[in-house]
Amino acid sequence: MDRPLAFINARVVDPSRNLDENGAVLVAEGRILAAGADAANQGAPGGAEIVECRGAAILPGLVDMRVFVGEPGGEHRETLETASRAAAAGGVTAIITMPDTNPVIDDPALVDFVFRRARDTAVVRVHPMAAMTRGLSGEELSEFGLLKEAGAVAFTEGRRSLKSTKVMRNALTYARDFDALVVHHVEDEDLANGGVMNEGETATRLGLPGVPREAETIVLDRDIRLARMTGGRYHAAQISCEPAVAALRRAKLTGNGVTAGAAIAHLSLNENDIGAYRTFFKMSPPLRSEDDRQALVEALADGTIDVVCSAHDPQDVEGKRQPFAEAADGAVGLETMLAAGLRLVHSGDIPLSRLVDAMSTRPARLLGLEAGTLTPGAPADLIVVDLDRPWIVREEELQSRSRNTAFEGARMSGKVMRTVVAGRTVYEYAA
Amino acid sequence: MASAFPHRHLLGIEGLSPQDITALLDSSEAAIDVSRQVEKKKATLRGRTQINLFFEASTRTQSSFELAGKRLGADVMNMAVGASSVKKGETLIDTAMTLNAMRPDILVVRHHAAGAVALLAQKVECAVVNAGDGAHEHPTQALLDALTIRRHKGRLSGLVVAICGDIAHSRVARSNILLLAAMGARLRVVAPSTLLPAGIDRLGIDVFHSMREGLADADVVMMLRLQRERMNAAYVPSVREYFRFFGLDAEKLSWAKPDAIVMHPGPMNRGVEIDPMIADGVQSVIREQVEMGVAVRMAVLEALGEHLPNAWTTDMPSRLSVI
Repeated sequence: MDRPLAFINARVVDPSRNLDENGAVLVAEGRILAAGADAANQGAPGGAEIVECRGAAILPGLVDMRVFVGEPGGEHRETLETASRAAAAGGVTAIITMPDTNPVIDDPALVDFVFRRARDTAVVRVHPMAAMTRGLSGEELSEFGLLKEAGAVAFTEGRRSLKSTKVMRNALTYARDFDALVVHHVEDEDLANGGVMNEGETATRLGLPGVPREAETIVLDRDIRLARMTGGRYHAAQISCEPAVAALRRAKLTGNGVTAGAAIAHLSLNENDIGAYRTFFKMSPPLRSEDDRQALVEALADGTIDVVCSAHDPQDVEGKRQPFAEAADGAVGLETMLAAGLRLVHSGDIPLSRLVDAMSTRPARLLGLEAGTLTPGAPADLIVVDLDRPWIVREEELQSRSRNTAFEGARMSGKVMRTVVAGRTVYEYAA
Repeated sequence: MASAFPHRHLLGIEGLSPQDITALLDSSEAAIDVSRQVEKKKATLRGRTQINLFFEASTRTQSSFELAGKRLGADVMNMAVGASSVKKGETLIDTAMTLNAMRPDILVVRHHAAGAVALLAQKVECAVVNAGDGAHEHPTQALLDALTIRRHKGRLSGLVVAICGDIAHSRVARSNILLLAAMGARLRVVAPSTLLPAGIDRLGIDVFHSMREGLADADVVMMLRLQRERMNAAYVPSVREYFRFFGLDAEKLSWAKPDAIVMHPGPMNRGVEIDPMIADGVQSVIREQVEMGVAVRMAVLEALGEHLPNAWTTDMPSRLSVI
């Protein structure tokens, strides 16, 4: 058994209890004993390692709702092990893996495979999402009931978007009976077809075909109506533009249970970062305009956007060293998500507690995970973060097997000093 | 001639100053004379190797670059890459590295993807000329168009230039817009909205959807090729409808200034974007554009040649001839 831990002189932030105060966090037998100001007056458990935090923040470990891993089938890009090490370094204690692997995770035995590989190799918790349709074909529904029993936390088409309105209706209807969450990449594949960046002046100057915002809002609008019609639980995996924010805001006013996420890249960067065809900034949905980015930040602050994810998508050199239009989509993000999010906190755009809520507490609740909280009795998944510590993102220092970061050379303030999963330290920053 | 062209590559019109453009056009004038002599050879690039690397077939542009290089004395090799290594899965970067190892002095590159030529230029040590990258740029085409216009109108500044047709998929349009705007021309684009890229109105040009308005008082009417595949992709319904509303015929041309010139980058779709009578008519300068193409490419190759390592100093050839 791991030694008990006593983190003292910390700023304890726990959005699940609206708590942000100076105090301590006590951990024993893999669970939280106490967290907050009152914990400071409680004695540390016998034999505990005393960790002097010097004012650093203790947050519930992050729950990243959108992580693409290469295992099975693309281990040269990323394995569960390397993804989990990247996660630990970035303060992510639970990664939610996408089913678009090879083979596609659409069978209970494959969900079990992911759990076993994670148990044997990963240092953080791994929760797979399963395919919404068999083989991600967009046609036959997968076995929601059996997959959920096997441990799938939600159902998604991964990078793909369901074309058929009918299949989406059925998926949401069927999901309701199992209280299953449907997570969807909102993009009209016809309208987006051939597009490689945000449609507009910048794309026109670069001579690149664009993806209009409407490719996102058309599908989001459809899904919102279907969610209302069926009563199924629906989450838009990542939205990228102002009209999508507006649609979501309207849906939430009417009490519709839809939720949505945004990727940290879309909250931090815009289409101008592409510059002269830099392929590490090519992603789906594409980076949008600065106005869109600001609308996303505002929506994150007021809770319209529920969740922030990394959309971690490792791509090898071959996939990225291509002409822009032919390069693979996606960027790694597990190790930079929190630091990039803290930029928004330091700039005064969002409070720290909202950021932690969006990166930990909210996703845990949506997925029904015992995580995202420092409540006594909860699993001791937590991170120690020096909120002001400066560091520079260096490609060669990333733990991820792929190095396609959109934050190369970025100056960050805020570093994960220690990551604890079930009471065990899985990452410690060696200064 | 000691005009210092301050760039190692020619990747686009973007980044060129009006001075750079004027200098290239001036030296192109000199190159025209070379091409009109019986003895068409200069020695400026003697001993240099020029590789024409075309990932996308283009007989006219490739032969134009080939002639330009040969008239300057370079050894020119044509590589049609579409047919070989790319089909075997070799990436653009691999191809670049392989060619680089053969130590060429100048690479002339045409590629179907925007930005591909600039990417390749980062990976090689020689000078790179963009002979067209996707829907991005085709700088030598814009230069030859400008040269043709300047020879007819005596200037570029203040001229009304109407670019008509498939702007959305056209690198020629982008390079022309950049160049002519930099030189002070007044630019218009005329096209059905389906063939205009988003945000085109923000490039400082006037946008028209009718030829009557778009061509009014134009000094230059530049037609673009409409590829037949656009019909299948629902950009325009049919050739006859397109020709009726956007094809240049005698009636539409009459709306422009009486002395307007008619241009086309080729290859033409006669009867689609242009009436054959107009293409071969008195106002057409289309064949002259082809001649200017060789001259402009000579000027570009010569300008880049001055930056090549161990470049001939300007007096070197004459000294050699004494020996």
